[in-house]
Amino acid sequence: MVDTALIEPDVVERVLASALRRGGEFAEVFAEDRRATSAVLDDGRVEELSTGRDRGAGVRVVVGETTGYAHTADLSDGGLLAAAEAAAAVARQAGASRSIALSAVVQARRGEMAIAPERVSKDRKIDLLRRADHGARAAGSAVSQVSASYGDSRRRVLVANSDGLLAADDQVRTRFSVSCVAVGDAGMQTGFETAAFTLGFELFDDVDVDEVAGIAARRALSKLTARPAPSGEVPVVLASGSGGILFHEACGHGLEADHIVKEASVYVGQVGRQVASPLVTLIDDATVGSEWGTFGVDDEGRPAQRNVLIENGVLTDYLWDFMRARKEGRLSSGNGRRQSYRHLPMVRMTNTFLVNGTEDPAEVLAQTPSGVYVAKLGGGQVNTATGDFVFGTTEAYLIEGGQITEPLRDANLIGNGPDVLRRIDAVADDFAMGPGTCGKDGQSVPVGCGQPTLRITGVTIGGTTGG
Amino acid sequence: MAEPISPPTARVGRDDDLQTLAARVASQARGTEGLEVYVSRGVETDVRAYDGDVESLSSAASAGVGIRVVDDVRQGFAYAGSLDEEVIAETLAEARDNARFATPDEHVCLAVPDGVAPADLDVWDDALGDLPIADKVRLAIDLERRLRGADPRIRQVSSADYGDMAAESAIATSTGITAATRRTVCSLSAAAIAGEGTDSHTGVGFSAGRGPGDLEFDAVVTDAVERATRLLGATKARSGRVTVVFDPRVTSTLLAIVASALSGEAVTKGRSLFAGRLGEVIAVPAITVVDDPTDERALSAACYDAEGLACRRNVLVEDGVLEAFVFDTTAAHRAGTTSTASAVRGGYATTPVAGCRALVLSPGPLDAPAILADVGDALYVQSVTGVHSGVNPVSGDFSVGAEGVMVRDGLFAEPVREVTIASTLQRMLLSVVHVGADLEWLPGVAAGQTLAIEGMAMSGS
Repeated sequence: MVDTALIEPDVVERVLASALRRGGEFAEVFAEDRRATSAVLDDGRVEELSTGRDRGAGVRVVVGETTGYAHTADLSDGGLLAAAEAAAAVARQAGASRSIALSAVVQARRGEMAIAPERVSKDRKIDLLRRADHGARAAGSAVSQVSASYGDSRRRVLVANSDGLLAADDQVRTRFSVSCVAVGDAGMQTGFETAAFTLGFELFDDVDVDEVAGIAARRALSKLTARPAPSGEVPVVLASGSGGILFHEACGHGLEADHIVKEASVYVGQVGRQVASPLVTLIDDATVGSEWGTFGVDDEGRPAQRNVLIENGVLTDYLWDFMRARKEGRLSSGNGRRQSYRHLPMVRMTNTFLVNGTEDPAEVLAQTPSGVYVAKLGGGQVNTATGDFVFGTTEAYLIEGGQITEPLRDANLIGNGPDVLRRIDAVADDFAMGPGTCGKDGQSVPVGCGQPTLRITGVTIGGTTGG
Repeated sequence: MAEPISPPTARVGRDDDLQTLAARVASQARGTEGLEVYVSRGVETDVRAYDGDVESLSSAASAGVGIRVVDDVRQGFAYAGSLDEEVIAETLAEARDNARFATPDEHVCLAVPDGVAPADLDVWDDALGDLPIADKVRLAIDLERRLRGADPRIRQVSSADYGDMAAESAIATSTGITAATRRTVCSLSAAAIAGEGTDSHTGVGFSAGRGPGDLEFDAVVTDAVERATRLLGATKARSGRVTVVFDPRVTSTLLAIVASALSGEAVTKGRSLFAGRLGEVIAVPAITVVDDPTDERALSAACYDAEGLACRRNVLVEDGVLEAFVFDTTAAHRAGTTSTASAVRGGYATTPVAGCRALVLSPGPLDAPAILADVGDALYVQSVTGVHSGVNPVSGDFSVGAEGVMVRDGLFAEPVREVTIASTLQRMLLSVVHVGADLEWLPGVAAGQTLAIEGMAMSGS
């Protein structure tokens, strides 16, 4: 049986029945209990250890294309029934009374968490921060400021709906990040690195915090002597694992069914068509190992699944949540996610990545006479309606004569999704992933992004020197 | 259409028991321990319309507590999304436990009353509580319908939203601080998509205020339609050096980034491009930057900061000279100064930090058309992307995606998309040629007006 400790099944059944009393066609209860710890070391001091708990439930009622939603932090019968009544207000008339039996139980794939964060002493968490501080400062005397942060969260969710579904999941995530400032003759530069997985404290069996700190420090140090980035269109080589965000922005968002249904995406009507270079096979997969966007069931109770979005350059499918799939008479692809019980679910990505090609990464670089080598990308942003997107570099170098030469200061690259996907002319065999936070409509969710080393024949880089 | 119902919890703003609650918890401080108790609650409604009907209607009530303990020069913090007595007691115990793990820091302290009286501000509009849900729904549906019919080139309305919130909070400390505030916010926003052939563009319009009477319905429609349609036919421009004229909304976004570098905490920790530059010329003489949460016209106006001190007017840059930074109590103590009552916090789940709340650039003499006429040739930027990845408030490196319209002989000419503009924040502040007279009070930490900066690098084809 699933863990239903958040709300008893018989209470859930009554709340669902009550939510449909005014004539709703579908009702859902989403309950969540989230505990989080965060600790920050800054300027050599452990400044703050913070712990918190947020618990509550949201009730959704659907009538036609209309959704009513209400949430409450009060998980008592009274609190839940009041939320059900508020959500039901979108329904127009009194409906026949319906009884709900929760019969379709979804057993979440158990996470791989071995050491629950609440079983680890606060001292051990703090100790990681001190080690990272030393690790970063040891990288060079020009490192002037180090901030390290540790965070863990345990999110237990329960989803039940009027179709009889009852699903639960227990999601544990742990992250560690280091941010450095280095000072040189030409001013200050910053470096950042993070390790984040859907794991418990055993994350640190594999992740060495000194190494995370060292990478952040070296990133800041290398830019002290960096020249301004060029301006104009240049060939770009993305290092393995550095720039999965490119696909997240260049096409991932545009494949979300809510944008498709509203014709707010350049990928409307493109299924079955060649939308990218034949070298591109793009997957969204919430089941991969312990990546940052991995879970057992989505926030609508659908089991995590692997979805092929683009196969050898041909668009195969979009990403779906319950509402959009229902309209099209199909099943959700398991991409209904929400930030918390305070939010309505939407179509969201999970772990989105480009699969391996066949080339040798060293050869890809060697065969690029000039251009920009991106070792790490920062965030990005896309306008799905036009496909125009940007992503920022946080570690990049000039390529001259097939070799990496001088470091470059941070800059944004800008391109158009479908256009850039067609310009990928080399994909290597050294796949790697990284964590990210995806923001959409004011909601943030953890996602993974990944790709092997690859080359784009031309992207506009927004530097300041003539390209 | 939805039937009118009453909000889930209509208690907000009706009594002052939050203050009593905060004070009762703060009075439990033991020995030399300092306690800061922040409690808040609010109700909100969000309506999204699509295709002539309600797409979603959300209504919610939430509440929470955040407790900071300072004991033996160490700070601990805990929070919970509930105001139950039992939960608050657990939260206090957690915060006390967490304090044991911090590094001793002689500068960590809570605010103490400083005798400054709070401004008399009215940031609560009773009319919001009186507005039936049915009327909120109608506003969103009407907005969507009006946008669809406003121009034949408008193909889609990807969002048409009404949103409001009524929130109250109280803070009490064992050091004698007591402060309670409440505020209402109400907004309309929409994104319209204009298309011709295979070309499409998005335009966003919004209006925000304290109550329904402040909403400018027609302006939201006009703005969204104009911004979407004027980009039709946009192409990538040729790379080169240009004068850039920023739309007021973009100026507000840029000012918010400058604000993060004006944080006294960032400066003291060597994490700001302004570190060590107090008293120096950092901008052209036309630039005067004031953070004034006591100006009622600012949507973010507030009587008290996040530590319960009365908000006040702080002049940060005057005639181009860097005059001051903003501080919370701990950052001020670390820097050897006093708080500027500039503590801000993201809600009950986070601790207060130094930040700006209501930044304003002193307006110049010219409005937008006069500025365009004066600069002659320029890129007018109506929106920017990649601000978080492309602007670094430590190094000052600046590179963002932009779309807008070329200006030739002072008039709008061809539209432009998929270009970047780049410089450094340091150079941009010294290259401002006009600060507009057209000040707009926008949501967020900064107001905006037309702003012209010369010599930026535009990357296109």
